[in-house]
Amino acid sequence: MATVAAVIASTHHPFYYRASTSAGPERPPFADEWVAKIEAFRQTLTRAEPDVLVMVGSDHFHQLWLDNMPQFLVGKAPFFDANWYNEEREFGLPRMRLAGQEDLAGYLLREGLDSGFDLAFSNELRIDHSVTCPIITLRPQADLPIVPVYTNIFAPPLPRPGRFVELGRALRRMVEAWPSDQRVAIIGTGHLSLELGGPRQFGPHGPDPEFDRKAVEWIANGDIDGCLAEVTLDSLHTPGNATHGFMDFMLMMGAAGDGAKADYTDSLDLFHTMEAYFTWYPNGATS
Amino acid sequence: MSKYLLDKFLYTVDRDPALVERYRSDPAGTVAWWEQDMANTLLNCVAAEKSTWLAFTDEERRALIGHDHVALFGLGAHPFLTLTLFIAMFERDHGPLEYQLAYGRAMSHITMPYPDIAT
Repeated sequence: MATVAAVIASTHHPFYYRASTSAGPERPPFADEWVAKIEAFRQTLTRAEPDVLVMVGSDHFHQLWLDNMPQFLVGKAPFFDANWYNEEREFGLPRMRLAGQEDLAGYLLREGLDSGFDLAFSNELRIDHSVTCPIITLRPQADLPIVPVYTNIFAPPLPRPGRFVELGRALRRMVEAWPSDQRVAIIGTGHLSLELGGPRQFGPHGPDPEFDRKAVEWIANGDIDGCLAEVTLDSLHTPGNATHGFMDFMLMMGAAGDGAKADYTDSLDLFHTMEAYFTWYPNGATS
Repeated sequence: MSKYLLDKFLYTVDRDPALVERYRSDPAGTVAWWEQDMANTLLNCVAAEKSTWLAFTDEERRALIGHDHVALFGLGAHPFLTLTLFIAMFERDHGPLEYQLAYGRAMSHITMPYPDIAT
């Protein structure tokens, strides 16, 4: 059976690529500290020696649209082109192409359908920065095949937080049951408190530092019950109008396991939103 | 109310570099053309398979023609779509982050709960 080599949860900040590659007066003052934190975080994936990456993210109205909106979708294709014109335009993100792992994608679809998750699928998916940001931060050589898993945190009606946790648990179970000797890292990205297009956007910190503090604690301690007791679809409006992206972190808490304390936790208070990085080694680190 | 159609306008314009420029320089002409020719286009179908029922309200048309992001927010347009497109059109006229901060300040009178964005 396959091994879950690591479970990794992270924010996906589209400005990291530009901040980390800029020089001279263009380079923001926080770039060096940010790069140092990302390089330390990257080591946590490198140490896990993965063969394949399950990448949980959320399409930002790029390919998935309101005329045909899936709640949870698995990409099953030999390749995934990546990043979109408006992400090049606003964030300076590069065009990329990643290989797909179709055997695992097919397995997750079959097993997911058979265990109560009516997963949608795509055989031609152009992925966006919710998946490419963690590739850029955690595996910039982009040399491993992926299985993208998209969630809807964007276009209401959304699945409830508990459903994200359940899907995370199911992904973990399914990967562990995959008849393969591959080492799989399950990586997912979301947000802490975040406001986009509203009055609280682009402040000196995230819009709700108190929520961020609690969220980091829930995640780092694997406190799924505590998190579910406070977080609802309604409550997530309060910390910021884009905070429903936190449910992808909740999915990753499900994948990491109830009460599973993160083996690695870090965060960085930036303008606009707080960055947060977590790694679990369910089977211990290899080196 | 046709929040879906507002979102469809923002979405289809934002993803097309030529349309971004056209909407920036000629909002009234772009909105009129779009409503006439594009509003009822099914995005993943051949041109002949059109819808027949989509149209803006006067208020929605005015908000789009006025490049009025505050009014669009009030009408329940998806804030991510509005922000992304408006940054593409207007950030270039300002210093770093200046436009984004002014965009938020223009909405400082808005309190929770925000308008519902469900379509």
